[in-house]
Amino acid sequence: MAHELPYIAAINEAIQLEMERDESVLYFGQNIATTDDDPFLTAFGSDRVRVTPISETAEIGMAVGAALAGYRPVVELYMAEFMLVAMDQVVNEAPRFRYMSGGKVKVPLVLKAGYGFTAGWAGQHTGSIYSMFVGVPGLKVVLPSTAADAKGLMATAIRDDNPVCYFHHYLLTLEHGEVPDGEYLVPFGEAAVRRSGGDVTIVAIGWMVDKALAAAERLASEGIEAEVIDPRTLVPLDSKTILESVAKTGRLVVVDQATRFGGASGMIAAEVAEFGFDTLKAPIKQVTALDATIPYSEPMERFVLPDEDKIVAAVQQVLGQAPVAA
Amino acid sequence: MSSDESGLDKERLTWVLTQMVRIREFEERVKSTFEEHPGAIRGHTHLADGAEASIVGSLAALREGDQVLATYRCHGYPIALGSDTKALMAEIYGKSTGICGGFGGSMHLVDVERGFLGTSGIVGQGIPHAAGAAYAAQIRGKGQVVLSFFGDGASKQGAFAESLNIASLWKLPIVFVMENNNYNVVTRSDQEDANAAAGEPLAVKAKAYSMPGVTVDGGDPIEVYGALRTAVARARSGEGPTLVESKVYRLSAHGNIIAPPGVPLHYPEHEAITVFGNREEYEAALRGDPVPRFRGRLIGDGTLTPAEADAIGTAAQEEIEAAVQFAWESPLPEPSEATNHVYA
Repeated sequence: MAHELPYIAAINEAIQLEMERDESVLYFGQNIATTDDDPFLTAFGSDRVRVTPISETAEIGMAVGAALAGYRPVVELYMAEFMLVAMDQVVNEAPRFRYMSGGKVKVPLVLKAGYGFTAGWAGQHTGSIYSMFVGVPGLKVVLPSTAADAKGLMATAIRDDNPVCYFHHYLLTLEHGEVPDGEYLVPFGEAAVRRSGGDVTIVAIGWMVDKALAAAERLASEGIEAEVIDPRTLVPLDSKTILESVAKTGRLVVVDQATRFGGASGMIAAEVAEFGFDTLKAPIKQVTALDATIPYSEPMERFVLPDEDKIVAAVQQVLGQAPVAA
Repeated sequence: MSSDESGLDKERLTWVLTQMVRIREFEERVKSTFEEHPGAIRGHTHLADGAEASIVGSLAALREGDQVLATYRCHGYPIALGSDTKALMAEIYGKSTGICGGFGGSMHLVDVERGFLGTSGIVGQGIPHAAGAAYAAQIRGKGQVVLSFFGDGASKQGAFAESLNIASLWKLPIVFVMENNNYNVVTRSDQEDANAAAGEPLAVKAKAYSMPGVTVDGGDPIEVYGALRTAVARARSGEGPTLVESKVYRLSAHGNIIAPPGVPLHYPEHEAITVFGNREEYEAALRGDPVPRFRGRLIGDGTLTPAEADAIGTAAQEEIEAAVQFAWESPLPEPSEATNHVYA
């Protein structure tokens, strides 16, 4: 059985269910539970649900400490960029403790952060900064693109024994989708094939999944069948599903809202170039944001971001059906 | 305060001196390893010599189930908490028998079973970890208290300000123990701390977070214990945290020299001498060395006979000698173990 929910409500449903299931799950952060009738507060009490000051280093650092002491904190960070204030805790504390202790401790925590708010929020609240955390051994990085995955990946993140960066897309917040009832877990490291096709593989991340699917529909009207893969988790990455698809299609387009250099799209392209080169019939194409800060003004914002047109053009290019740009 | 007014009986006073002597012996042997077993210790090592009274006096105020988090200068705490010195020394030697299997080294000792949850090697960043453990203790409701040890330098970190604010706001069961050794590596506190520059104790920082702040002589374990006993009782009763500024003098340099491979590592002289040319400051600190000072006091007031005090020293020497031999003879980890423990 399933019910329809907005993406954001699906996230909250997962947190609520996990808090009901496991008393060690905590939920704290900025601007939550500030009134007595808050649903989390009434359900779970002020021991387990707390508003914090605007103190990211303490919020995340305390999550590390509470995790070391046996709890499973979910930290509400609002915007992904706010993690940058506490970069040491995210990158150099949470994922290091288990390793440095030789496996004597574990640090199960979830950093819940919205990203990609490209709706006029200008340069400091719009970044797709998840790739910064992909190269940190010990961290897991997940990016739900549907309401169902928003629920299932959050539940899995809370049960995971490692620090998990859970990035939800701000522009998907109110997107509705079918969400399975009750306990629902989406395993990490299992990509979803959102659309099957034999002509080209499109790997799309986060918000780009819907855009890739729309592009695929347009391409279908031209007789091109695209396979659209949503990795869902960048760490761990399901390279196997991507490589199997490319082995079938021989062509790869990677779509990412993030900038190109040092990004997830380059990582995926490198996996295929190293382990699937002999199956490629054409060079890999990356469709990413331009290497710029996100501008405020709407036409400039649109210009730097990947979109359906850019995806269609890239697919036509790898299929040799459009002139190659100089 | 004399030792008989301390609230510690002979057994506890003897325990305090014993732990201080064991820590000193351990640190002396780590230091001499640079000549004894050149190359055995890699990277950067930080010693607690001079801080023994502060460490042991603080831990003496704890009970079973309490927890401790500290900094990269972390050898002393697990020694006093009862960790196996063989495993601690082997960790510093990078051996597979080390307490963290050679994954952590000198800066990252962990012994969860004894309440030592770990350290951060980054200045100030372990303070919120301790606050988080105290939040966990508050929720668990078993009356546990957490001690957060850090240096004076850490009190200029945002992590300090943020954590003390939340700890006071939430009345967390935690005591913040600032070991003020007056130096940030080679920078004197009055060069980087507004309170120090103004001639005020660093404990005044507590006022900004509406919690008690006290300054104690960290060279006197009984005075430290007295302050911690009050602070721990306050924390345990739900009244919230205390900031204790414990004034210590580290008797070694900040750490062994920082040098690229190929340059033999060693411990230089203290920065008071090497940087500021103030040999008298250092020699005065040596004259006030907390370990012989406390030993003399316990003999002086009749708590221990000289023979009993000597026996503590001899036992520590034998124990740590065995730890060094164990560390030296233990096998190195298998290289391929390096990919273990990345994820749970």
